[in-house]
Amino acid sequence: MFLQQLINGLTLGSVYALLALGYTMVYGILGLINFAHGEIYMIGAYLGIVYLGLFTVLGLTESHLLLSLFFVFVLSALTCAGYGMTMERIAYRPLRKAHRLAPLISAIGMSIFLQNYVMLAQGSSDKVVPHLFSAEAVLGTHFPMSQIQGFIIAASFLLMAILHFFIRKTRLGKAMRATSQDKTMAALCGIPIDRIIAITFIIGSILAAVAGVMVSVYYGVVNFYIGYVAGLKAFTAAVLGGIGNIPGAMLGGLLLGLVESLGSAYISTEFKDGFAFLILILVLIFRPTGLLGEKGGDRV
Amino acid sequence: MANPAVLKTRLKKFLLLPLWFALLAWPLMGAVGAVQLAGTLVVGALSVSAIFSLSRSEGFKKVILTPVRLFPTQILEARGDFFKKILMAGGAAIVIILPLFLNNYYVDILSLAALYALLAIGLNITVGYTGLLDLGYAAFYGIGAYTYAILSTGFGLSFWLGLPVGAVLAAFFGLVLGLVTLRLRGDYLAIITLGFVQIVYLCLNNWNAVTQGPNGIMQIGRPALGSFVFRTPHHFYYLILFFVVLAALAVHRMLHSQIGRAWIAIREDEVAAEAMGIDTTRIKTLAFVLGAAIAGVAGVLFAARYTFISPESFTFLESVRILSMVVLGGMGSLPGAILGAFLLTVLPEMLRGLANYRMLIFGIALVVMMVFRPQGLLGKRS
Repeated sequence: MFLQQLINGLTLGSVYALLALGYTMVYGILGLINFAHGEIYMIGAYLGIVYLGLFTVLGLTESHLLLSLFFVFVLSALTCAGYGMTMERIAYRPLRKAHRLAPLISAIGMSIFLQNYVMLAQGSSDKVVPHLFSAEAVLGTHFPMSQIQGFIIAASFLLMAILHFFIRKTRLGKAMRATSQDKTMAALCGIPIDRIIAITFIIGSILAAVAGVMVSVYYGVVNFYIGYVAGLKAFTAAVLGGIGNIPGAMLGGLLLGLVESLGSAYISTEFKDGFAFLILILVLIFRPTGLLGEKGGDRV
Repeated sequence: MANPAVLKTRLKKFLLLPLWFALLAWPLMGAVGAVQLAGTLVVGALSVSAIFSLSRSEGFKKVILTPVRLFPTQILEARGDFFKKILMAGGAAIVIILPLFLNNYYVDILSLAALYALLAIGLNITVGYTGLLDLGYAAFYGIGAYTYAILSTGFGLSFWLGLPVGAVLAAFFGLVLGLVTLRLRGDYLAIITLGFVQIVYLCLNNWNAVTQGPNGIMQIGRPALGSFVFRTPHHFYYLILFFVVLAALAVHRMLHSQIGRAWIAIREDEVAAEAMGIDTTRIKTLAFVLGAAIAGVAGVLFAARYTFISPESFTFLESVRILSMVVLGGMGSLPGAILGAFLLTVLPEMLRGLANYRMLIFGIALVVMMVFRPQGLLGKRS
């Protein structure tokens, strides 16, 4: 029972971690809480269903399940990258010099728009995903982890490792770090700020899309409002780990998933959604910089 | 005319952009929907650009563009105080007399608009004057409403006693939240208030013993004065209007006092304000508490008016709705908050035919507003 909850929590946590990365990267660079990030994840989940349905109609899922799944992920990620990039261009870039409430409200508007757009395009009822994975435990009965859970955890960790490598070792990653430290200085050094910010949104959207597709396959049901709560929780995870801090977002996501899973199992199912916010408030009171965040003074 | 650069931007504007949006929408809307979308966008882009090219002509600038851009802040200021007073007196006369000639349906909408005006006035204190982004305002509204609902149905408390209790309880929660969070930076505050509204909603929805959960509370007592019971939309309209006027006067007076100046100083530059000797934590908490108390009053009025409440009325989306009223009207503008509340209550009502597209348009409107006129309708350009 405990082990089962632990694995459930880890699965949920890896999804939160993938989403939290998007929040934390955008916040690190723009200082903006991208409220619409959860909607990108929701769109990713829908796209997963759409492409999966397409491949099923073409008969590909039957003959080449893994290959078609791979293409579902790639296509969804590409489409979501387009959404994320366009969103940044329309709703955030014109506001970069506006007062700080403006982009936040614009983000809320974007989130409402995307939710209703998907509702109008896809209908307001639940979408059901075809059953693809067996619920059987992969590693024998003593270790209750289903195929899909194993897949989610493995894929998330792989993506996070790639991201970490990308940020730390590549030129582009270096440029991103420089931009997040000081935009003006980075621009003076010849870093194309606009492009770096666009790339940040694209990477965040790709991670969100992957998380979305995985969740739609995992739970089997998708609705147009899933992005809102998931987004809030992922943001909580990002704050928990220390916002702007990439390893922090991963840690925060995993912790949050565990707390939620164990909390709903042992404390209360009704208030499952409340744990995240309670943690959020506690963290902000006692350690506003998060677990791994560094203390930075207010800039005058 | 036909130089390559111009041609290129035109091609981009009228063809490539709509195609890009259609491509993005294709997987979710299907091929037919995407083509329709592209067509709409091409037509839209062409007409907007036609308007803009028209706007380059001198006549258009003089007759339409300049007044629109200046309207109404600068024009009002240019005309001076006397004009302003006449305008206000006229407005007051309309607000008081007009509902007498309208039927129940319209007065019902107007009284809802008045209720939102009260909320917008309250939220404007925190968001507009003090610059603290409160995304959990609906929580205080809900606390006020549920306080009165529970006291009225469970203990038979009258409206006039429930009103201060609701306000004080909401203010108390505002105080607790404020003391805990106000030393945090702006964005964190926004998130905490957001978490707060979620937690309050969860409690309202799940604490069945007290709040009756998702079913809500029915048969809440109506307000009465002696033997006169407030019943019709007209009665409630004037009752709510009374509180709107009261709140507006109080806020107006405060704004021109030391406290109001301190609020604005904090909004403009918190560090500088602190350096000038303002006790920022105390002043910010005061703004928070005051806003919460007004929300509490609005909540009690809401519960008394509908005699039925459920958790669905106090969600994050409700916070956003009130916030957009403040933003639309112009942050930090008292008439703006009232105007925003009026517009965002009456316009959606007029757009009933577009039922499904209402929220879609609402979302777009928020973004467009922020991009093109972030100061709102009556706000001052910063």
